[in-house]
Amino acid sequence: MASAKPRVKVPKSAAAGEVITIKTLISHKMESGQRKDKDGNVIPRSIINKFTCEFNGQPVFTCDLEPAISANPFFEFSAKVTESGTFKFTWNDDDGSVYETSADIKVE
Amino acid sequence: MTATVTRRSVLTLGAAAFVTGIVGLPARPAWSAEIADTIKEFTGGAEPQTGRVSIDAPEIAENGNTVPIGISIESPMTSDDYVADVIILAAGNPNPGVATFHFSPMSGEATAQTRMRLAKTQDIVAIAKMSDGSFYMDKRTVKVTIGGCGG
Repeated sequence: MASAKPRVKVPKSAAAGEVITIKTLISHKMESGQRKDKDGNVIPRSIINKFTCEFNGQPVFTCDLEPAISANPFFEFSAKVTESGTFKFTWNDDDGSVYETSADIKVE
Repeated sequence: MTATVTRRSVLTLGAAAFVTGIVGLPARPAWSAEIADTIKEFTGGAEPQTGRVSIDAPEIAENGNTVPIGISIESPMTSDDYVADVIILAAGNPNPGVATFHFSPMSGEATAQTRMRLAKTQDIVAIAKMSDGSFYMDKRTVKVTIGGCGG
């Protein structure tokens, strides 16, 4: 699933101390390990198991995902920004792949 | 063998099962042993209080493959008083675990939304662990028209 494409929505600027809303989406089939193929064999589990959001190296929001999370995992959460900096987003796949993206924010 | 199974013994058995069923019910939690164990593991045996946590989920979900769920917890979210972890459980799924959110004082507000799969109509449970070690929970029933386990 090397084709997983992360997308994030972070405001470009904010006032100091403002609580902003961040939305993230990544394309991933999130195979639950519960489904069977036509021959009755269980399709092995293949999911993203961890999502992390950091701001200037400090953890903001982390989530441990279970197979019950829908395909193309979506998250919406908030963050309090006190200074300009960079949000770093990381998704960890069951197969060991790591998908990353980042977004800058300017505090005025 | 045939001689022992009389009409009377069958009736007695049935009545006994019925009575245990009625008597047993109030003592039993509304969910299975597996989910009770998961809750116990998360809280370390502490009994979660109700309040502060609220689950925002549709009353009726047409498609169990993507059910939006939002969690919000009342908290000042300062460095000494914040929501640390929130566990979301679906009591009627093959595996009750849905997700665990980890917040920090930098979250600003303890709110998060995601989308989950639900196999059938069931209860959703959210338990929040505060930074002071107390636990709060909320429960919400979601009706599912088409299950999302693709079996």
